[in-house]
Amino acid sequence: MHGATHLTRSACVCAVAVVLAATGCGGGGGAAGGPDGIVTSSWGDPQNPLEPANTNEVQGGKVLDMIFRGLKRYDPRTGEAEDMLAERIETGDSTNFTVTIKNGWTFSNGEPVTAKSFVDAWNYGAHLKNNQRNAYFFGYIDGYDDVHPESGQPTARTMSGLKVTGDRTFTVKLTQKFSTWPETLGYAAFSPLPSTFFSDHAAWLAKPVGNGPYAVDSYARGSQMSLRRWDGYPGDDKARNGGVDLTVYTDNNTAYTDLTAGNLDLVDDVPAAQLRNVTADLGDRYINTPAGIIQTLAFPYYDPDWNKPGQEKVRKGLSKAINRQQITDTIFQKTRTPAKDWTSPVLGPDGGYDDGLCGEACTYDPAAAKKLVAEGGGIPGGQVRIAYNADSGSHKEWVDAVCNSINNALGNDKACVGNPVGTFADYRNQITASKMTGPFRAGWQMDYPLIQNFLQPLYYTNASSNDGKWNNEEFDRLIDQANAETDPARAIDTFKRAEGVVRDQMAAIPLWYQNGSAGYSDRIANVSLNQFSVPVYEEITVN
Amino acid sequence: MGRYVIRRLLQMIPVFIGATLLIFLMVNVMGDPIAGLCGQRECDPATAAQLRKEFGLDKPVWQQYLTYMGNLFTGDFGTAFNGQPVTELMADAFPVTIRLTLVAIFFEVVIGITLGVLTGLRRGRPVDTGVLLLTLVVIAVPTFVTGLLLQLLLGVEWGWIRPSVSSEATLDELIVPGLVLAAVSLAYVTRLTRTSIAENRRADYVRTAIAKGLPRRRVITRHLLRNSLIPVVTFIGADIGALMGGAIVTERIFNIHGVGYQLYQGILRQNTQTVVGFVTVLVLVFLLVNLLVDLLYAVLDPRIRYA
Repeated sequence: MHGATHLTRSACVCAVAVVLAATGCGGGGGAAGGPDGIVTSSWGDPQNPLEPANTNEVQGGKVLDMIFRGLKRYDPRTGEAEDMLAERIETGDSTNFTVTIKNGWTFSNGEPVTAKSFVDAWNYGAHLKNNQRNAYFFGYIDGYDDVHPESGQPTARTMSGLKVTGDRTFTVKLTQKFSTWPETLGYAAFSPLPSTFFSDHAAWLAKPVGNGPYAVDSYARGSQMSLRRWDGYPGDDKARNGGVDLTVYTDNNTAYTDLTAGNLDLVDDVPAAQLRNVTADLGDRYINTPAGIIQTLAFPYYDPDWNKPGQEKVRKGLSKAINRQQITDTIFQKTRTPAKDWTSPVLGPDGGYDDGLCGEACTYDPAAAKKLVAEGGGIPGGQVRIAYNADSGSHKEWVDAVCNSINNALGNDKACVGNPVGTFADYRNQITASKMTGPFRAGWQMDYPLIQNFLQPLYYTNASSNDGKWNNEEFDRLIDQANAETDPARAIDTFKRAEGVVRDQMAAIPLWYQNGSAGYSDRIANVSLNQFSVPVYEEITVN
Repeated sequence: MGRYVIRRLLQMIPVFIGATLLIFLMVNVMGDPIAGLCGQRECDPATAAQLRKEFGLDKPVWQQYLTYMGNLFTGDFGTAFNGQPVTELMADAFPVTIRLTLVAIFFEVVIGITLGVLTGLRRGRPVDTGVLLLTLVVIAVPTFVTGLLLQLLLGVEWGWIRPSVSSEATLDELIVPGLVLAAVSLAYVTRLTRTSIAENRRADYVRTAIAKGLPRRRVITRHLLRNSLIPVVTFIGADIGALMGGAIVTERIFNIHGVGYQLYQGILRQNTQTVVGFVTVLVLVFLLVNLLVDLLYAVLDPRIRYA
């Protein structure tokens, strides 16, 4: 009996506490505006530990873009690689490079950025023992095989191709001619690292220190990161706001709801379900701009059924059977653009983008499609099964639409079906193990805005992302030739000839270019997305 | 009583081992998680092998399980793929979910039992019918519908609450999510209490108590309610475990970084260490709460004794 009294009493106290707390809330803290205003933005939990050479997805990349500056930086508007910390990068033979870095740069903890900051960081990134997911970025540097052998243990601690020759100079020796190599150096994996990264790694991970316009103020892993403008930043792209608070959202729908309720300033991933309302909700505060992402259908060339001579006709036929315009308009609400080549519009015509390259092979023409498929000997096994992972994105919807389009064109409602795979990991597993039995969804987000990056990793023999194991001697020869070319314009021309081989063989069916989509509140202005569909945070102003 | 508790605690050991083994095997069946770690691109074989070694994925499953269990006894729950120790994830997630569960249970107890007593004493009257209908609606509508509707109405349209919960997840922010989470169970608690009260109202001891001239209030709270609470306590006890594990939907809607969120992430990334760790703790919570419920019986009804 005594126990029961006690129970009810504590319940009452609890009730009062909750009510008090409830009335105490309301009216959120109205943050300051002007040059010191803080921008709140949605975020996703980075998948891997937050290190420059270990981050290969957008969410972690977003932070690296704020807290790091490398030798080069891609102009957020044109995508051109411009010198940032690099004073000059010189080469006579496209193999040996001498890098000189600018004077006066420091990390936000005061440590100067020297040649050693780069060389140490690159050696760390390449070394097998450090498990860096992006280690292969250093694969062109001489001595990479010693620190990162394909099997067995590393035999060296540093790459022989990297040498510090002065406080602000170092030399790089590549294993092959690579004329556009300096332009790859804007990628985050090539960022310099302060000595505290090596001396107290755990502390660095808990609160990363870089040399960019922002410094990390606090970081609660998995939920929030507060970045503040670093006033000592020497670059000319200083932050025009006081800082950015990144909040992890479990669901991008909730982030969007928060934006419409006025609790969040910026959402850089408008959920598919909201695309219909987004113009009504946000008006011109909705951004939908091209990004360096292309989606394709890859084929399993390791399967003899899919690799018979003359079958490029079947692949071309399938490509012509897909009504890209209709699918991008209805399913993606114009956040995708029908593909006209195998690169991306963000490269621009000078960078190698060519909207006439695919030509009629990418034009919807049901009659010609049917004819081509028949000429090529019909679909292997009588049915196309398009594989995709069902756990994220709206892949099911567009795969079904593509299949519908193919079925209609071929006049056979069993010609194409979707083949869902449960999780992304399992999907990647089947691809890695070469177990695909038909075409499968492939997406490519560029690492740097170079035509080389859209071709070599995807179609070169045994390249890192050549998931379909396509190989073509002519293509490989042209890529080698382009890489050895010292004149950038001629190099791009040769890359385009290589892309022509991809087209003639229809190595993969290009589907559409993906746009970056973002929405923002009327509290902030000057919001734009760069070619990687990441907001250009330092340019945002708070009203 | 003491022996009973010890016996129950000992019984937990096989349940615990069985449950972890099952989860371990289930997550393992999903395949090699390393493949998904490098994004759209294949991990280079050397790095993949190195990662596999670091996470112990290169060993046979039984060996992985034994190592895992061995580490567990030293308090080491392994490392998540993002480099964070799982114990750190737990320290972040469990307090949030426990707070959310407490808010939910609070609503269940206060609103559920009050409504139950009210309707149980007025069977057949308009109040009774009204509440019955209401509970029917609540049970029939799925949690995510209630959640999204309340979020839209209270958060966006009327601006009474923030549509999402901040990373601190304070008690006042959790009121609406807690109510959403509790809604269905609350309806059940109401119905259970109502039936139980209505049944016991005609019991001899209640008549005796009334005949003794005890005040009505005392009859209801001390005699009627106390005896009617046994099935309700059983339900609420079982519900604590269910709420903690089943908060995924609510946590997702209101952006709460609790256990549900971590489990969801763990499953998507096929992170064995995270999933098994969290489920293990949930199993323990479930077992302990059940023991507590059984012990509470004796408090409510002294006739129930444990030798």
